[in-house]
Order: sequence, then C-alpha cells, then structure tokens
Amino acid sequence: MKRTSAVLAWVDQRFPLSATWKTHLSEYYAPKNFNFWYYFGSLALFVLVLQIVTGIFLTIHYKPDANLAFASVEYIMRDVSGGWLIRYLHSTGASMFFIVVYLHMFRGLMYGSYRKPRELVWLFGMGIYLCLMGEAFFGYLLPWGQMSYWGAQVIVNLFGAIPFVGPDLALWIRGDYVVSDATLNRFFAFHVIAMPLVLLGLVAVHLVALHEVGSNNPDGIEIKKHKDPKTGIPLDGIPFHPYYTVKDIVGVVVFLAVFSVIVFFAPEVGGYFLEHNNFIPADSLKTPPHIAPVWYFTPFYAMLRAVTYPLFGIDAKFWGVVIMGLAVLIFCALPWLDRGKVKSVRYRGPVFKAALALFVVSFLWLGYLGTEAPTPLTTTLSQILTAVYFAFFLLMPWYTKIDKTKPEPERVTG
Amino acid sequence: MDTKQQGFRLGLLRKITKGLPMALLAPFAAWGLAEVPLDPAPLKLNDQVALQRGAQTFVNYCLSCHSAAHMRYNRLTDLGLTEQQIKDNLLFAADKVGETMTVAMKPQDAKAWFGAPPPDLTVIARSRGADWLYTYMRGFYRDDSRPTGWNNLVYENVGMPHPLYELQGMQVLEAGKPAAGESHGDEGHAIKKLKLRQPGKLTPLEYDNLTADLVSYLVYMGEPARNFRIKLGIFVLFFLAVLFVSAYALKREYWKDVH
Repeated sequence: MKRTSAVLAWVDQRFPLSATWKTHLSEYYAPKNFNFWYYFGSLALFVLVLQIVTGIFLTIHYKPDANLAFASVEYIMRDVSGGWLIRYLHSTGASMFFIVVYLHMFRGLMYGSYRKPRELVWLFGMGIYLCLMGEAFFGYLLPWGQMSYWGAQVIVNLFGAIPFVGPDLALWIRGDYVVSDATLNRFFAFHVIAMPLVLLGLVAVHLVALHEVGSNNPDGIEIKKHKDPKTGIPLDGIPFHPYYTVKDIVGVVVFLAVFSVIVFFAPEVGGYFLEHNNFIPADSLKTPPHIAPVWYFTPFYAMLRAVTYPLFGIDAKFWGVVIMGLAVLIFCALPWLDRGKVKSVRYRGPVFKAALALFVVSFLWLGYLGTEAPTPLTTTLSQILTAVYFAFFLLMPWYTKIDKTKPEPERVTG
Repeated sequence: MDTKQQGFRLGLLRKITKGLPMALLAPFAAWGLAEVPLDPAPLKLNDQVALQRGAQTFVNYCLSCHSAAHMRYNRLTDLGLTEQQIKDNLLFAADKVGETMTVAMKPQDAKAWFGAPPPDLTVIARSRGADWLYTYMRGFYRDDSRPTGWNNLVYENVGMPHPLYELQGMQVLEAGKPAAGESHGDEGHAIKKLKLRQPGKLTPLEYDNLTADLVSYLVYMGEPARNFRIKLGIFVLFFLAVLFVSAYALKREYWKDVH
C-alpha cells in the first residue's frame, strides 16, 4: 500500500494523474436525479470504443482494393476465426451508434441541455455528430457491395450540383470519373484514420467542456446554485465515480443485451442494418432500381428529394443539397433560438411540448419516407414534413417566448 | 432491399390506395417488377441430411455454371460430412478439399452463351432471400420465344435455362383470369399460373422437397456461421442476465446512501 502511494506520488509530481481522476470522476459532481435518458452519453462512448476495437480487427483482414474488398469481407465472415462476430459487432455498432446518438440529442432537446452555459458542449457534440456521419458514409463503401457503390455514387454526385465548382469537386472527391478503386482507397484512409482522429479529439473536448460547466439534469436547473457552505460541493450533486460509474455499468449491460439480440439473432435487421443488395458485389454497369441510404441518413435523404423546384436558374438538386445541409447544421443554432424562461420540458408550456412532438414525428416519418421509392404522394408528404421540421427551429424564438411555463423548483426533484 | 420486399410493399400499397388514380402507382411500374407472390420456403437449417442433399444438388446441378467462390469444400464438414466423404462425393470441380467452389467456365464464354455471366451463388440467399429462390427454382416454364426455350415467372426473360428440367418436367404458362376484386383495369395484371405439361423424374411434391433442400443449403452457404451464431447468442444472453443481476445489486448497494 505504502509502495503504491509512493509510485502515485512519483507520477503526480510529473503528471496530474490524481488531479485528472478527481476532476473528471471522483470529484466531478453530477446531479443525483439523472433518469433513463442520461444513459446514452456513456453508451455512445461505449459504442465508440467498441467500433474502434472491432474496426482494428477488421482492418487486419480487410483489403481496400476494388478487386479484393468484397471477397475479403466474405473471407472475414467465413475463414477468420470469430470474424463473423467481429464484423456483425461492427455493422450493428454503426447503426446502434446512431440510435444512441439520436436519443442522446433528443435528451438535450427535452431538457434544454444546449442552453447557456452549455452552448459549447452542444456545438462540440454537433461536431461529433457531423464526424460520425462522415465516418459512417466512408465506412459504408468498404464492403464494396451494390449499395455501398451506388450509395457513394449518389452522395458524391450531390457535390456535383454545386454551381461552377461542382463537377470538379465531385471528381476531386472520387479521384476518378466514377466511384472506383481510387475512391475505395481514399475512403478507407478517411474511415480508419482521418475521421476517427477528429472524432476522438471532439469527444475529448466535449467531455472537458461538460465537466467545466457541469451536467444539466431532467429539471433543467443549476445544481451549482446551492452548495454546501463548508465544502463547496453542490447539495444535489454526487460524485460521478462511483455513483454513476456503477449505474452506467447497468446501462451498458442492458444495452449489450439488446445489442446481442441483434448481433446473434437478426444481424441484418430486415435489411435495415445490412441491406440485402449489399450482398451483391459492386457493379459499375448495373444501377440498382432503388437506391436508398442506410436508415440513419434517410430523414435527410427524404428532405433532399423533397426539393423539386429550381430557383435562380439553378437545378433543384442543388437546393435539395442546401436543404439537406441546413437540416443538419440548424441544430447548431439551437442555443440561440430558444428564448424559453425554463430549460426542461417538465416546466415548459403546451406549445413547446407540441412543437417537440411534431418535430419527432416529422423526423421519424421523413426517415421512413427516405427508405421508400419516391412517388408523387410521398414527395408531397416529404415537403410538408420538411416544413414541419424546419418550423420547429425557425419558429422557436417565437413559440418559446409566448409559451406559458411553470415555475422551476429550487432544488432537483425525484 | 430485395425484390421480395419490394413486391410485398407494392402489394400493400395497392391495397391501401385502391381507388386512388393509377397515376400514383405509375412510378412503381418503372421498376419492372413482376407481381408474383412468393411461396415461403420451408427451410430445414437444422436438418443435416436435408442440407447434405441440398449440397449434392448444388454441386451436381448449379456448380457447373455458377461458382461459390467464397465457399470452401471442407467447410461442408459443418453438415456432418468427413473430408473423405466430401472428396468422394462432392469434389468434381476442384482438386483439393480446402479450395473454394470455383467454375472452369470463362466469364466471356458465359456472357456469349447466356447473355450475362451466371452470378456467384455464395451469398445469393442473402441478396435474394430464401422465398425468392424457392419460388424461382419452381417457376421455370417453357417459352419458345426465348433463346434458351425457358422463361421464369419470378424473373422474367431470365438468361438461365431450367437446370432441373429432367427432375421437375416441363411446365407451361396458363393465363388465368384476374381473381375477384383484384382487377386493376387495363394493365392486364392477370395472375399467371403454371401447369405441369410433361412430368419429370420426380413428382411435384418430391421436386418441392428437393428445391427446399437446395434453398436451405444456399441459406446455409450464405452464412455458414449462422447456426453457431444463434447457439452462441443464447449463451451470451444468459451470461448477460447473470451479469445484470450482479451489476444491478452493485448499483443498489452504492445508491443506498443517495437521498
């Protein structure tokens, strides 16, 4: 024991090990009233680690070469010991990452976690989300199936819609006139090193910023307002370690149970996690009749397709890309759009609750429409839902202000 | 998404939008999907004898044109066969039992003969789905307008001739009348039906059975780890249940003093 503390003291004189442990775990005081929705942050971190570890093992056997890629994935599924498990963990992890992140973001919307003083926590989080989209997009090309290929073709072609520079830009991204071996190689580089590096950096600053300002909670009130006069510790705060570490372990076990049901009993999830057409090797001469991105992109894909009017003499496709981009980026403006007197949905009025519900409905419905082949009916529906989606953000300064809120409690409840 | 699902969604949409103008459905027509209801394949994934029979049919009838380039012969030990049995009974197109199921036919020749090289079948059950394959293998009919003399209900104008003709016999198309309440007006969506004109070596029931074995084998070959995956999954869930009990007890113990 004496020796251990001596070693620790030696390290602490040279590196703030104990101090870091205290700041981020044992003396980081989190509100004691976290509910179900507060599991998804730690779960996102868990899935990130899972993806990196399984990704390393996949990289050992995968071949980023247009002639070998598809076969190397099947090699992993058949000849590599436990390869099928590693691959399914990674493919399921990709979709589950988005589920967890979407729920994590929804938690933020419900309890106003993006609001002062947590604007930067929210913006770093948006950075993580953008990175994750890039990571998923680049990774999806790697199995080199028909959906990998044509999905990438469609998305890269979107850049071609930008006036003047578009076609050259698309060519520069692909490194060829069509998606090809050159594209596969660079997407592999982006997927296994460029994006993960940025992602890890953003996760680090997301956590540092969070621990600077402290966690929000389901009541949306600041626990730092009521501190123990002697110790200076928030009265409603408990140390993250051990309280939330042991609680989050329970969350991880439950999550793993859901995860395992998918991995072991339905890894394709009916063609939503692994698309059926992606078991056909990429063929640049055969366009599939129906190209749909994986489910986590479909709300934005539906908005892209909903834009059918050319404007200022520029093709409708370009405006679709603009709408799609804005639909993602507009989340960044939330801290400055919300004028509500209270943060948490618990004390908001009926207008905000209705707006949030409509927003969720529009997001899910758009997600469904994005998986379907377009018809005039679905296009009209998508247009209406896109309007609802944007109205949630653009009308927020107005409806949060006029909404009849309830008084917030002084101390956290429940 | 496979054709099976598209077909299902199309059918559903028809029902929902009955009475709406046909114009709404027009884009679907562009997909060129034959509206053939798929028969559910009676899979026998835990029946080693059926899978062995399926492997035999596959090697004898499919593997002359179609490769299964990611499947190794010795993987068939999964089905309760020894390497010697595989060598003696199934190894015609390769020398060593550790090799994959490739074919000698050159892609260029195949293209000249059939219009397109026959696709590799390793993961065909994962892209097409078992029901599609089961209906397809039972959907060949005589059509003299086609270069091969064969057409298929599920895959119109397919380039592939009927490989199991001697077993199934010869079916012909029998134009049926649209079923009551299924009329969509002018497009002639008559339900197509097949009739066995000339019986083959097998009775229809025996042929269905053979096809079911073959499709089961294709599903197995699409993911050889499947059965083990499910077994392992049950064990993993059991382990997680135990882990949950202890993790939850630990959490309860710590949280006793939080009020």
